Amino acid sequence: MSFLQWATSPWGQSVPIHIAWTLIWIAAITGFCFMVVHSLYLIIVKPPKRFAERKAEAAAVGIPERVPRHTLAARLFHWIMAASMIALLITAFLPKVGVQFDWVAYHWIAGLVLTASILFHVVHSTFFLDFRSIWPDRTDLLDAKSRALRFFGKDAPLPGRFAKYPLENKLYHGVVMIAGVAVIATGLFMMKRVETGILVRNPYLFSDMTWGMMYVLHGLAGVGFIALTIMHIYMGVRPEKLPITKSMIFGWMSRDFYLEEHDTGRWAVNGAPKTDANRGLAASDGD
Amino acid sequence: MAIIRDVMPAFDLLQPSSTVEAQQLLEQNGADAWVMAGGLDSFDWLKDRIKKPKVLVDLSGVDELKGIRVNGEGVEIGAMTTLTEIANHDEIKKNYGVLSQAVELVASPQIRNQGTIGGNVSQDVRCWYYRDGWPCYRAGGNLCYADTPVGRNREHAIFGANRCVAVHPSDSVPALIVLDAKFVVQTAKGVRVVDAEDYFVGPETDITRINMLEPDDLLTAIRIPNTWAGANFYFEKVRDRNVWDFPLMNVASATKLSGGTISDIRLAVNAVSPRPMRLKAVEDAVRGKLANADTGEMAGKMAVVGAAPLQFNAYKVPLMRNLVKRAITGARGAA
Repeated sequence: MSFLQWATSPWGQSVPIHIAWTLIWIAAITGFCFMVVHSLYLIIVKPPKRFAERKAEAAAVGIPERVPRHTLAARLFHWIMAASMIALLITAFLPKVGVQFDWVAYHWIAGLVLTASILFHVVHSTFFLDFRSIWPDRTDLLDAKSRALRFFGKDAPLPGRFAKYPLENKLYHGVVMIAGVAVIATGLFMMKRVETGILVRNPYLFSDMTWGMMYVLHGLAGVGFIALTIMHIYMGVRPEKLPITKSMIFGWMSRDFYLEEHDTGRWAVNGAPKTDANRGLAASDGD
Repeated sequence: MAIIRDVMPAFDLLQPSSTVEAQQLLEQNGADAWVMAGGLDSFDWLKDRIKKPKVLVDLSGVDELKGIRVNGEGVEIGAMTTLTEIANHDEIKKNYGVLSQAVELVASPQIRNQGTIGGNVSQDVRCWYYRDGWPCYRAGGNLCYADTPVGRNREHAIFGANRCVAVHPSDSVPALIVLDAKFVVQTAKGVRVVDAEDYFVGPETDITRINMLEPDDLLTAIRIPNTWAGANFYFEKVRDRNVWDFPLMNVASATKLSGGTISDIRLAVNAVSPRPMRLKAVEDAVRGKLANADTGEMAGKMAVVGAAPLQFNAYKVPLMRNLVKRAITGARGAA
């Protein structure tokens, strides 16, 4: 089975024209399998949630009942991005699986909304939020190593609580960022191939081979988002993750959940007294 | 690329003798099957080796798809009825003259003797890039070769282009649209009847298809109700060679006059868009007005609003304006 569709260009050159649409189903099945396997793991194995003792328990003093997690701007960005992503997936792939409608204009308009929201996010998170909070750090890796060793029955210290975002969340963000850059960059160039009323069409901007590779990359990133979106929605509606999802709606999470899951030293909250553990970290007012 | 070898690729030839059998064969073979009516469009594709079906379902032996049946509600034309038979049919000439005029202008007498109404309405678009086998949008690729700065697009669309700019080439379709014809489609689930204009699919909806037929669907008949029987008709086709050619554009109108006033009208053009166009806004605008030059002028100007010509087909804008004008004023002459 070929994952790419090839054609002969007017110059007799064999060029890729897009991905094989079978990949749509493979991505959807991958996302579905992730859901099933993860659910079964939690149901059958019932892994206990155990963290190392908090080093700075005193930090709990003075923490508000509602711990601010996401600013209004961050939440608006998230949901606008989510809506545009869903629109992009629907307009891109439903016609390929037999649901026909006039999708092209909706697709590139949704793409522009996504692009604008991502640009906003880059500026907002770089200059106005705790930029480093979404990037894995050494502690994340050490904790991940401990969790992996303990999963396989080896001796390892108990992992610490999470910073603002668990490692899985950070890795997911990284993958989405890579796929997002690929799909946006190629998508913007592809707008030069269709009549949008914004750009002057220029189908000769690149060679047939380059255009073909661009369509393939766009398609691969696109089907990747099918699986990523399924996984994200699944994690968002899991009962144990609902406080995190709710915080993306209301902007805050409860003090109990915060204290249970998060390291007050690695994710300091405004109102908490400064401790040795959280000294030097930016206090969060919700980013 | 097209390699004209004049030798078709190998396929299984299936020759059903009934509609039910034909539909079953299509259902069994799905997208691997190619339906052949008169064969005039089919043989181009097959001999050029652009289309390589595994199975060819030849409908020439299905007698129930042939013939013209007149009943109290109008006329039913079997999909395998030849264009010559339609052009010469007394009832059609008398009451639905726009159709006989239209089919009489299709290609050449030899082609009309072999070509069928089902094949004529279901033929694929005329675009040499597409028909030469280039990997264009309509062929599943990612570019329209006709809509490039140096693409040859003199015959292409001025309306409705959505990545693909090829036009629908049928002469009979505008006539069928103005007659309010219904297309009868045999599907795996039963019979489906659709308005003529809804039979066609534009590239904005599905760029690889030209009509609503699924692989296991079969167009069996076209029903023309007597709603417009005996109306004032107008049909005109403009082409490069009057002896035998596809249309650069054609127009059809069916008008009901009350005195000199247009009490009702249907107006359609083809070869201007990837799917045949019914001009509903123009119909609404001219209804209740005199069928004279002023109304025709207004209708013509209105018809071309929104036209987006390509590099080499701007001539189609004044052409369409004038054809629509003549379709309005010509109604009076046809009375």
